[in-house]
Amino acid sequence: MATETIHHTAATFMDHLPVLVVLVPFVAAPLIVLIGSRRLSWSIAFIASAASFLISIALLMKVIDGGIISYHLGGWAPPIGIEYRVDAANAFVLLLVTAISTIVLPYARKSLKSEIPERHHTLFYALFLLCLTGLLGVVVTGDAFNVFVFLEISSLSTYVLIAQGSYRDKRALTAAFNYLIMGTIGATFFVIGLGLLYMATGTLNMADIAERISDQSDSRTIRAAFSFIVVGIGLKVAIYPLHLWLPNAYTFAPSAVTAFLAATATKVAVYVLLRFMFSVFQPSFLIEVKTFEFFILPFALLAMFAASFIAIFQNDFKRMLAYSSIAQIGYMLLGISFLNETGLTATIVHLFNHGVTKAALFMGVGIYVFRNGGSFYRNIEGLGRTMPWTSAAVVISGLSLIGVPGTAGFISKWVLVQAAIEKGWWPVALLIVASSLLAVIYVWRVIETLYLKAPAEGAVRQEAPMSMLVPLWITALAAIYFGLDTDVTLGAARTAAQGLLAGSAGMY
Amino acid sequence: MLDEFTWPFIVGHLNYWLFIVLMMTGLYIVVAKGNLVKKIVGLNIFQTSVFMLYISMGKVTGGTAPIFPIHMSDIDPDVIYSNPLPHVLILTAIVVGIATTSLGLALIVRIREEFDTIEEDRILEIEQEIANAEIRQFGEAMGGRV
Repeated sequence: MATETIHHTAATFMDHLPVLVVLVPFVAAPLIVLIGSRRLSWSIAFIASAASFLISIALLMKVIDGGIISYHLGGWAPPIGIEYRVDAANAFVLLLVTAISTIVLPYARKSLKSEIPERHHTLFYALFLLCLTGLLGVVVTGDAFNVFVFLEISSLSTYVLIAQGSYRDKRALTAAFNYLIMGTIGATFFVIGLGLLYMATGTLNMADIAERISDQSDSRTIRAAFSFIVVGIGLKVAIYPLHLWLPNAYTFAPSAVTAFLAATATKVAVYVLLRFMFSVFQPSFLIEVKTFEFFILPFALLAMFAASFIAIFQNDFKRMLAYSSIAQIGYMLLGISFLNETGLTATIVHLFNHGVTKAALFMGVGIYVFRNGGSFYRNIEGLGRTMPWTSAAVVISGLSLIGVPGTAGFISKWVLVQAAIEKGWWPVALLIVASSLLAVIYVWRVIETLYLKAPAEGAVRQEAPMSMLVPLWITALAAIYFGLDTDVTLGAARTAAQGLLAGSAGMY
Repeated sequence: MLDEFTWPFIVGHLNYWLFIVLMMTGLYIVVAKGNLVKKIVGLNIFQTSVFMLYISMGKVTGGTAPIFPIHMSDIDPDVIYSNPLPHVLILTAIVVGIATTSLGLALIVRIREEFDTIEEDRILEIEQEIANAEIRQFGEAMGGRV
């Protein structure tokens, strides 16, 4: 469990991996713009994303048994210098983010051609990589202010990516604008919280902050900082009453963007929430302020039911999935609010499993949009027969969304119910099952539309192109694979949960 | 708790009071104004208030500007310097603020082109019309009300 300290002068290529995972897409993004070639832009983006993916695998291998890598940026030792710190929790999230971006990029190539004018493609890929950079930076850094900077890098590029949907529907612009307003308020709240923490401690390194606030949990400054940070990140996570930006943003963004964001952006925000709650503020502080029982738990339950309920009554497949995402975020928050190891494991494993499942579903919707020009239930009637491969993958990931045994969704819900029982909260365990039944209804509506309705007159009877079908099936099969073989996911999640629950002790 | 609010306390924290006033003014404008440009202005005021918070906490009593003399041998250990770190942090935040503002204004230009208005009420009406048209076209298939 010892911290692996790297002396800068003796660093080899392998030692630089924590910074390379962020640096590769960051350097590739301006490269795409400078080269300016439409044909090369996709290749560069894909290579950069794949390189980050390979680096994250290497990082996860290094830390999966509980080790920690501390990388000193520029050789300046923390707490003065900026530190990148990789442990099981963030290596796992890094893997999710880079894997999804590497899978979505091949899919994006065809999908974008039908949604965005070709002259914007070069800039689109550059922005996609910047967004990826921001998300990876947020995850890998151990410096509190650095989190804010990377958060804004990813957010600003996200606003533009969502606005690209305006070529298909002009409401994408207002969706992006609303997200910009709410996202900026969230980020500013976060930075106020950081300011208050800095006032109380005089440092910005997360481990250092944790150490210095451990004995002043009744300080009003610390408590104010805590609430600013939780609300600020809560806006990014889309915790139930703060979710208003999400449905429109997901519905009107281009298909590839939605698939990427739904699987990564909110998940990264959940990770930041976990990191700040457990590693900066301590678990003991959390028990003392009782935030969870009185705020997070009720809102999580509300999200699970209200958002699922709204999802049932949607006419649009894509919008339905957006509301379902809000409900699924409820499960993750529920896992956190149990404040025990099983609950946190459930949160982290659900973060991964749901990321994979939602990526598959949104890619499936994207294919329907690509072939039939819309994602309304009317547009997808009877497509189960005309597009059998796409629809089969959508059904598989739909089952994973419900949590049917044998799929990834089942594993995370199973662990979540276990956590509830461990805690002795029987009613909550029953509520988890009850809200899964709501998921059965909204997924069944899709299956019914796909298979039990006759195809509309003049509907396209053509299967999706291979470049879209293969990424879809990779994620759909992953949703099954991680439901059967849970060694990697549950193992990493459990190590991560132990590290988080150890508080700042887990950071050394 | 109330007895903490003595006169020296109130005057001594003047910049923090101003921070709160600015912050709330900005937030109020964002929420209450329907004009999108005014919303961006409100957002700007809101962000500026944070600059004030950070710069206030960099102040060290009796401290001077944190600039070292050119020759290291001239450094006087008795001189107190203000804390430069919050200033540096806020430089970053200013850059972020400018990026957000320019992106917001660019989006407003695009919204003006597409919707022909920048008033939120009117935009919501237009969006509602589009949504109603969609429900008429697609809703009925799902047994929804027309």
